[in-house]
Amino acid sequence: MATTVNPDLRKERENASFVPEKITNFLYGGPERVQKKRELASLALNDPDYHHEDLNFMSREQQYETCLKKSLLMTTKIKQLKIDAVDEHFYRSAVTGPSPDPLGLHVGMFLPTLYGQATQEQKEKWLNLAENYVIIGTYAQTEMGHGTFLRGLETTATFDPKTQEFILNTPTLTASKWWPGGLGKTSNYCVLMAQLYIQGKSYGPHPFMVQIRSLQDHKPLPGVTVGDIGPKFGYDVIDNGFLALRNVRIPRENMLMKHSKVAPDGTYVKPPSSKLAYGTMVFVRATIVNDSAMALSIATTIAIRYSCVRRQSEMKPGHPEPQVLDYVTQQYKLFPYLAAAYAFWLTGQTMMSVYMTSSSRISKGDISVLPELHALSAGLKALSSWVANVGMEECRLACGGHGYSHASGLPRLYANLTPGATYEGENTVMMLQTARYLMKSYNQSLQGEKLAGSVAYLSGVQPVPAAGRTRNMLDLGALCDAFRHRAARLVHEAAMQLRNERQAGKDQPDAWNAASVDLVKAAMAHSQYFVVKNFAERLTDSRLDSSISAVLTRLCQLHALHGLVTNSGDFLEDGYLTGSDIRQARRHINALMAKLRPDAVALVDAFDFPDGILNSILGRYDGNVYQHLLEWAKASPLNKNDLAARGSNYEGLMKRHKIHTKNLESVTEALRSHGVEVKVIQKHEYTPEKVNWADVIMSAGGDGTFLMAASHILT
Amino acid sequence: MVAKMNPDLKKERENASFDPEKITNFLYGGQESVKRKRELESLALNDPDYQHEDLNFMSREQQYETQLKKGILMVTKMKELKITSAQDQLFYTSAVLVSDVHPMSVHTRMFLPTLYGQATEQQKDKWLKLAENYTIIGTYAQTEIGHGTFVRGLETTATYDPKTQEFILNTPTLSASKWWPGGMGKTSNYVVLMAQLYIYGKSYGIHPFMLQIRSLEDHKPLPGVTVGDIGPKFGYDVMDNGFLSLNNVRIPRENMLMKYSRVEPDGTYVRPPSTKLAYGTMVQVRAGIVMFSGMNLAKAVTIATRYSCVRRQSEMKPGHPEPQVLDYVTQQYKLFPYLAAAYAFWLTGQTMMSVYTTSSSQISKGDISVLPELHALSAGLKALSSSMANVGMEECRLACGGHGYSHASGLPRLYTNATPASTAEGEHVVLMLQTARYLMKSYNQSLQGEKLAGSVAYLSGVQLVPAAGRTRNMLDLGALCDAFRHRAARIVGEAAAQLRSEMQGGKDQADAWNASSVDLTKAAMAHSQYFVVKTFAERLTDSRLDSSISAVLTRLCQLHALHGLVTNSGDFLEDGYLTGSDIRQARRHINALMAKLRPDAVALVDAFDFPDGILNSILGRYDGNVYQHLLEWAKASPLNKTDVHQSYHKYLKPFLEANRAKL
Repeated sequence: MATTVNPDLRKERENASFVPEKITNFLYGGPERVQKKRELASLALNDPDYHHEDLNFMSREQQYETCLKKSLLMTTKIKQLKIDAVDEHFYRSAVTGPSPDPLGLHVGMFLPTLYGQATQEQKEKWLNLAENYVIIGTYAQTEMGHGTFLRGLETTATFDPKTQEFILNTPTLTASKWWPGGLGKTSNYCVLMAQLYIQGKSYGPHPFMVQIRSLQDHKPLPGVTVGDIGPKFGYDVIDNGFLALRNVRIPRENMLMKHSKVAPDGTYVKPPSSKLAYGTMVFVRATIVNDSAMALSIATTIAIRYSCVRRQSEMKPGHPEPQVLDYVTQQYKLFPYLAAAYAFWLTGQTMMSVYMTSSSRISKGDISVLPELHALSAGLKALSSWVANVGMEECRLACGGHGYSHASGLPRLYANLTPGATYEGENTVMMLQTARYLMKSYNQSLQGEKLAGSVAYLSGVQPVPAAGRTRNMLDLGALCDAFRHRAARLVHEAAMQLRNERQAGKDQPDAWNAASVDLVKAAMAHSQYFVVKNFAERLTDSRLDSSISAVLTRLCQLHALHGLVTNSGDFLEDGYLTGSDIRQARRHINALMAKLRPDAVALVDAFDFPDGILNSILGRYDGNVYQHLLEWAKASPLNKNDLAARGSNYEGLMKRHKIHTKNLESVTEALRSHGVEVKVIQKHEYTPEKVNWADVIMSAGGDGTFLMAASHILT
Repeated sequence: MVAKMNPDLKKERENASFDPEKITNFLYGGQESVKRKRELESLALNDPDYQHEDLNFMSREQQYETQLKKGILMVTKMKELKITSAQDQLFYTSAVLVSDVHPMSVHTRMFLPTLYGQATEQQKDKWLKLAENYTIIGTYAQTEIGHGTFVRGLETTATYDPKTQEFILNTPTLSASKWWPGGMGKTSNYVVLMAQLYIYGKSYGIHPFMLQIRSLEDHKPLPGVTVGDIGPKFGYDVMDNGFLSLNNVRIPRENMLMKYSRVEPDGTYVRPPSTKLAYGTMVQVRAGIVMFSGMNLAKAVTIATRYSCVRRQSEMKPGHPEPQVLDYVTQQYKLFPYLAAAYAFWLTGQTMMSVYTTSSSQISKGDISVLPELHALSAGLKALSSSMANVGMEECRLACGGHGYSHASGLPRLYTNATPASTAEGEHVVLMLQTARYLMKSYNQSLQGEKLAGSVAYLSGVQLVPAAGRTRNMLDLGALCDAFRHRAARIVGEAAAQLRSEMQGGKDQADAWNASSVDLTKAAMAHSQYFVVKTFAERLTDSRLDSSISAVLTRLCQLHALHGLVTNSGDFLEDGYLTGSDIRQARRHINALMAKLRPDAVALVDAFDFPDGILNSILGRYDGNVYQHLLEWAKASPLNKTDVHQSYHKYLKPFLEANRAKL
C-alpha cells in the first residue's frame, strides 16, 4: 500500500531552496558513504527477523528478552553478511535505533579492553572466545558508592603468592559493582576493576578478567552474587547489573597485564605512562558528542515535520489555522536546536578526525597532544550532552500533548540518551577537568610561554574595543571573535578568582572549590567558542556548492547569535559588545529564522533518518500522523481485550496486513530491478490517465480489487 | 524496626541554625494545619489496604488496575472517614497516590466542577447525586486529536434536531476524535463533551453536553461510540487517557448543560450574560499549578539534597576522606537555586490562591473588573513556574548522578508525571503571550495617561537609568526588587516598540504580533519573575516569623533574586541599569550565600515535611540509609525473580552453544 504524502509536507519539500541530498552527502562524507548507509539500513529495516511489537507496549522483561534476541541475531547476521567493520555501525543503528543494545558493553568496552590491556598471551587465550561470543563480557567499574572517582573504588584484588591467585572481594555494601550494562542477566564474564593489594600494600585500581557465571548452566559461580539493578528512567532493554564478590579466587594470569604487571613473587611492575588510557577516553567522549548530535537531529526532525503537519489557532480572523511552524515562537524553540544539531554533528566529526590523527602519534609514543585533547574532549562532551538534554525536551514540549505520548518517540529518545550527561564522566566534573587545563595554560602564558592548539588564543586577552564602533553581527569572523574574547575573559576572571581565594587564605583545594562555579563557566565558554569556530571553519570547505553553503551559513549564524543573546551578559559585562549590538543580534535572529523557515523540512530531511530509525509517528516522512496515531493506540495493550471481545484478532489483522505490504513491495522491487517503471496507486487514485499510462496493470488485493481494476481497462 | 539514622544526615540536622518545624508551620499556615496534615497522611500511609508492590515493577496494565483499585478504595474511605474539606482531601489523597494520579481523578477535578458550574438546577437534581456518589463516573472531553489549546478550532459537532428535540453528536473527521481526556479510555461511563453547537445550519460555538458513553449494565460502549485508551506515554501510566469517536449519537435536548447558554425546544438559542465567567476557575487551576510546581520542586530538592549529604565522592584534599557531595560548590550551585525557587513558588502559589479567594467573592457579586489582570498574571506565573519546575526536577535528577536515573530515586517518575503541567491547561508560550497581550494593553493605556493599578502599576513610568558610578548593595531586597521591576518595565517597553515598528514596516496587527512574539514572551517572563521576587520579599515581612526563620528565608530570597539576575545578566546590563561590577558583586554574594545556606540545607528541605511514603525515593529517605535499601529494592525487582533468567534458555544458550561448536 503506497501512501500519499501529507500535502503540507509535500509543499514544504517543493519550496526548499536546495536539494537535501547534497547536505546528506556533506554530513556523511560523500555519496558513496550515503549509499552504503542506506543499503545497510534498508537491509536491517526490511529484515522480518527484527520485527516486533512496539517496545513501549511491553513489560520491561519482555523488552529485555526481545532486544536480547535481536542483538544475538544481529551479531550472527553481521558475521554472515560479512559487513565491513567501518560500515557496521550503519547496520547496527538501523537494527537498534536510538536504543541501547544488550550486548553493547561486550562490543564497546569488553573487547576493546582486551585489545588494549591484555598481553599477547592473554589475547590468545580469550580474544577468540570473546570475538566469537563463546563468552559474553562486560566492564565492571562503577560501584554502588563510587562513580566518577576511580581511585575511590573499594573492590579489592589481593595477591596470594602461595597459590599465585588474586582473591577478589567487595568488602562493603558500597563496594558492590553497580550499573554495568549486561551484567545482571546476560554476561558470563567481566573485566573487573579492583584495587590491587600485594602484601598489604595498595597499588590502585587494575583490570582483572573474571568469570561470573557457569558456561554450562549460566548459574552464578560460587562466591558471586549477581543480578539486575531494577527498573530505570530508560534503558529498559538493558540488564544493568550488580555484583558482589566473596573470596573469589582467580589465577595471577587473569590480571590484564599489558601495562602494569604482578610477577609470580608479588613484585609489582609499573606501567611506562599513566596517560595511556586517555586515548580511549577521548574516543568515547567524541562518541558522546556524536550521540548528542544524533539525539538533537532526531528530535528536531520529529518536531519540525510535525510542526508543519499540525495546524493550530487562528492567526488572522477567518483565515485557516496556520501550520504551527509559522509561529515565530515555535521557530525560536526549534531552529536553535536544529542549528545545534548541525554544530555538534560537525564538532563530533572534527573530534573523531583529530583523534585518529593523534592516535597514530600516540601509538608511536608521542603523548604530547594528549593533555589538550583530553581537556577539549571533556568540555565538548559535557557541553553537547547538556544541550542535547535540554533540546530533546524542548522538542518534546514543542509537540504539545502528543509529544508526551510514546507514539512521538521523544520520551523514549530522551530517557535513553539523557545518561550522556552523567556517564563517562559527570558533566560538571568534565568541565572542571577542562578548566584545570585552561588554568594551567593561562598561567603558562602569563609566564611568557606561547600556547598552541585550541588554547592558543589565551596568550593575550584582547583589549575591549572602543565604544561607538559599528559591528556587523552577521559576520562569522566577528562572531567567532566575540566568542573568543568572551572565553579568554572568563578564563582570565576565573584565574583571578582562584588567586583571590588563595590570597584570602584558602589552600589550593578550597580555593579551587570556592572558584568552581566561575571555572565551569570558563570551561563552558571555551567549549562554545570551539564549536562556533569549528562550524564556521567547516563552511569554508570548497566542495560545498553555493545553495548548500548559503543555508548552512544561516544555521551557523543562528547558532552563534543564539548563543550570544542567551548569554548576552557575558559579552556586555566588560563592554565588548553594547546593548545596541545585542538588539541588532536579536533582529538578525528573527530575520534568519524567517529565511530558514522554508528550508526547515529540507534541513531535517538531510539528516536522512529512515522512519524505522526515527520510530516516531509524529515524525513520519509522509506526515500521515493522525491515522497512524489512532492505529497505534488501538493496538496498544489496554485496548487488546476490546478487540478480542468483538471477535477481532488485531495481531492477526496486522500480520496479514504486513504480509500484504511485503508482497506488494517484493513485486515492485522485482519489476524495478528489471528496469520496469512502476507506479503504485490506491483505489481512489485509479483514473483513466493512469490506466492509459500503463502497459500492464497488476491488482494487489482480493477478487473485488481485481474486478474493479479490470473493469477500467477498456482498450 | 527503628532504623538508625545515617550519621552524616544526623550531623546535618544537629548543626542547623533553626528548628525546621517553625518553617513547616509557616509553609502550611500554622501548627493546627500541620497537625491535621500529619494525621491524615499517617492515616493513609499506614493503611494496609493501600500497600502494593512498587508501581515501577509493574506493566502498565497492572499499574492501571492497581491505581484504579486504590482510587475506588480512597473515594470510599474518604466518605467513611468524613474527610470532606478540600484541604483535608488534598492531604489525604496525596499520601495515597504519591506522585501519581488515579483513573477517576478527572471525575473529581473536572467532571463534578463542570456540573456544579454549568448545569441548571434541574440538571443538578438529575445528575449530581449520581455523580457525587459514583453511580456514574465521568470525565471531561475537550481536547481532540487535531486540536488542543485553540478551543474554537474543535471539530466535534452537536447538531440540534427540533423534530425529536435531540442533539446529534458526531466527530466528523479523524482529527475530531476526542483524545487525551483522563479516565476516558476504560474507566468512565459518562463524559462532559465539548462540541460545536449547530442549529438550523448555523454554528454557535463550543458548548458542554452530558453524554453517556458506556452501558451501566455491562460497561460496553454504547451504539455509535468508539472509545479506547490512547496508548502508553512518558508518564501517567496509571491513567487511561482515552480517545472517543461518535457516529450519530443522539442525546435529549436536556443534556446540554444550560446554566449559561440555552437552546429552546424550538431551536432558539439564548446567549449567556457574560463570556468571562469561566475565567475564574481557570485562575484557580493555574494557581494550583503554581503551588504544584513549588511542591514538585520541593520534593526533587529534598531527595537531591539529602542524598548529596549521604553520598561521598572524590578527594578534595590528598589523604582526606571523600567529602559529602554537597560540599562541592558546584553541587550547591545546582541545587540551592531550585531550593530557593521551590520556596518562591510555594509562597507565590499561596498568594495567588488567596488573591483568587478574595476576588472570587467580588466576581460572584458580578464585579468582574479584576478578572483580566488576574487572568494575565496567573497565565504567566503558571508558565514560569511549570517550566522552572521541569528544568529543576531534571537538574536534581542529574545532580544525583547515576542513581538519579534509577526508578529507586523516585525522580524519573516524579518528572514524567509532573512535566505535562507545562503543556496541559494552556501551553507555555501561548500563556506567556496571553500575559503579554495584557501587558501591551496596559502599557498603551499608560502612554495615554491612564493610571495603572495592581500588578502592572509599575508600567506607568519606566524609570530612568541611574547614573553610572553609584554603588548599589546587591544584597538589599529592595534594590533587587527595583532591578527586576526596571528590567520588566524596560522589556515591556521594548516589546511594545518592536510591535510598533513591525506595524510601521507594513505588517498587519496579526503578523506584527507574530514577528514580535519572541520579545513579547521575554517581556511576559520578566513581568512574572518580578512578581515572584516581589511576592517572596513581601512574605518575609510577616511579623509572625521569628528571627532565626526570617534570617534563613531572607538568604533564600536573596539567592533566588541574585540567581535570576546573574543568569539573565544581559537584561540588566543592556541599558546600563546595572554595571559589570554589579554583576560580579552579585556572583560573589551568591557564593557567600550558598556557604551560609550549606549547613541549613537539610533542615530547609526537612521543613517541607514530606514523609518517606510520599517522597517515595530511596535516595531521599529521611534516615539516609540509601545503599542497603537500594540493594533490597533491586533484589525484589522482576528480572531477579530467578538467578538465571528464562531468556537464557530461550536465546542465550543456543547462541553460546552454536558459537562454541564453531570453534
